[in-house]
Amino acid sequence: MSELMKASYPVEAADYTSAGSASADIKRRLKKLGISGDVLRRVAVASYEVELNLVIHSLGGVLDLSVYPEYVQLVSTDRGPGIPDLSLAMREGWSTANDEARSLGFGAGMGLPNMKRNADGFDIQSTVGVGTTIQMKFNLT
Amino acid sequence: MSEQRYHSVRLDRDRCRGCTNCLKRCPTEAIRVRGGRAHILDNLCIDCGECIRVCDYHAKVAVTDDMDALKQFKYNIALPAPSLYGQFRNLPKVEYVLEALCHVGFDDVFPVARGADVVTRAIRERMRDPSLPRPVISSACPAVVRLIQVRFPDLLDHVIDIRQPMEVAASIARGEFCRKHGCLPEEVGCFFITPCPAKMTAIHNPLGQKKSELNGAISMMELYGQLLPHVEAMIANPDLVPSTRYGIAWASSNGEANAVCPLSSLSVDGIPNVIKVLEDVENEKLNDLEFLEGNACMGGCVGGPLTFENTYVAKSGIRKLVNSMPKVHPDVDVPASMMTKYPMKNDLPFQRNDAMRLDDNLVVAMQMMNRINEIVERLPGYDCGSCGSPTCATFAEDIVRGYASEMDCIHLMKNRLKVMAEEMVALAQNERR
Repeated sequence: MSELMKASYPVEAADYTSAGSASADIKRRLKKLGISGDVLRRVAVASYEVELNLVIHSLGGVLDLSVYPEYVQLVSTDRGPGIPDLSLAMREGWSTANDEARSLGFGAGMGLPNMKRNADGFDIQSTVGVGTTIQMKFNLT
Repeated sequence: MSEQRYHSVRLDRDRCRGCTNCLKRCPTEAIRVRGGRAHILDNLCIDCGECIRVCDYHAKVAVTDDMDALKQFKYNIALPAPSLYGQFRNLPKVEYVLEALCHVGFDDVFPVARGADVVTRAIRERMRDPSLPRPVISSACPAVVRLIQVRFPDLLDHVIDIRQPMEVAASIARGEFCRKHGCLPEEVGCFFITPCPAKMTAIHNPLGQKKSELNGAISMMELYGQLLPHVEAMIANPDLVPSTRYGIAWASSNGEANAVCPLSSLSVDGIPNVIKVLEDVENEKLNDLEFLEGNACMGGCVGGPLTFENTYVAKSGIRKLVNSMPKVHPDVDVPASMMTKYPMKNDLPFQRNDAMRLDDNLVVAMQMMNRINEIVERLPGYDCGSCGSPTCATFAEDIVRGYASEMDCIHLMKNRLKVMAEEMVALAQNERR
């Protein structure tokens, strides 16, 4: 199966001014490709959440979009700090967001659960001191 | 590609200088400059009139009807948009404006503010249906509905399926006139007094309806001078149809939201701001909101491109008028019998406009997007508009769609010429040896 369309977005830590621009571009591209309805909505929600997670919690990273004829894939790779307890992080309402993030209305602890709920495939790997990788798949057929 | 659609916004070719003012400001990137003249892309234009506002050469025009259009009918009714009241400074009573309209060629007048009263009640009743996706989005601004068709087609099921105030007002006006005077509906012309080209387009190319109840639209700008002396005569006819302060408040941004759903609504004006909020709705950031009012023009309809008075002066005038009137809500003021007597609901669903799609086939679309990305890499990224496309990215897309060539970029051309010149020098030196 050949990959057909790729785009890569570097996301900086604590860069609230451009937060949301990667997910906005992802949505714009998918619309141009004719992807619509439920899948577009789910990718839009999950890509926004994952981008904001990079801004709020990570030391910076990259969000990669790949579109295949059968599915859309989002991969977020960050440079740390890593999540010590993944099962706790996946729990609704749990958040380690700092005061700056909370003052902007983030940190409700719905990010990861929301991603998992919206993606057809969800995988998270994290090593403290190294970083976190989140892979999401959204079926087109 | 698509059938020719009616547009009120047009280009005056003789006045156009081929500059980049409108090109850069069009919210749907529907303008290209080719051969030294602007062209409006029919399938992307939403008739918002932004280009009319920014053109220094007055080359962008809104086509509306002139008063000669009244000659087609035995009787004519004027349906003034509530924003018309904002055009007259220190207006003590809206009745003076209504009466003035009866002196410039109309046989009767019916305020669209009354249509807004009826629509307010209709929307509130319709919103009791919990299955309508939230936030429910207003359908009053046709430019916003067309923006949703082009850029947010997945949100079309949020747009309320109740007719616009001018349509409901025209049904009532014609019905009541025929009943009173014993004439036939086809003998009565209904003309909207419009603040914007989008409404003119909505009459000739209706949204959600097979046919508009209106027969045309006359620009506020055109009528202002004729109306002024009659408004200043201050004649109030007690037989004219009244409206509530809520209906009149629809003239400005937040007027509709405040009438329909004061406790959980948001109103946003200006196309770039409307786009931002619609992005949030699409990202499910506003799921707890009941009602969303969007206006293409800053300030709401009082900011329309065909209005005469400064938007903010007009807005303040409307507020003064509204505050001088009793607080009677349309729920109480509009009789229940009215709700079934005239059509309130749209008879057609809003259609998606997929003009922004690269191709209907996903694989072909992805190949096109990859070619666009390759071209963008080679372009300078100045977004200067000299090629005739609004940005380098749009230019790349135009090339891939076959509407432009890479050599239309003056910066790439300059580099190419430099290389050619160097080659020629080298060639000449070679010859001499």
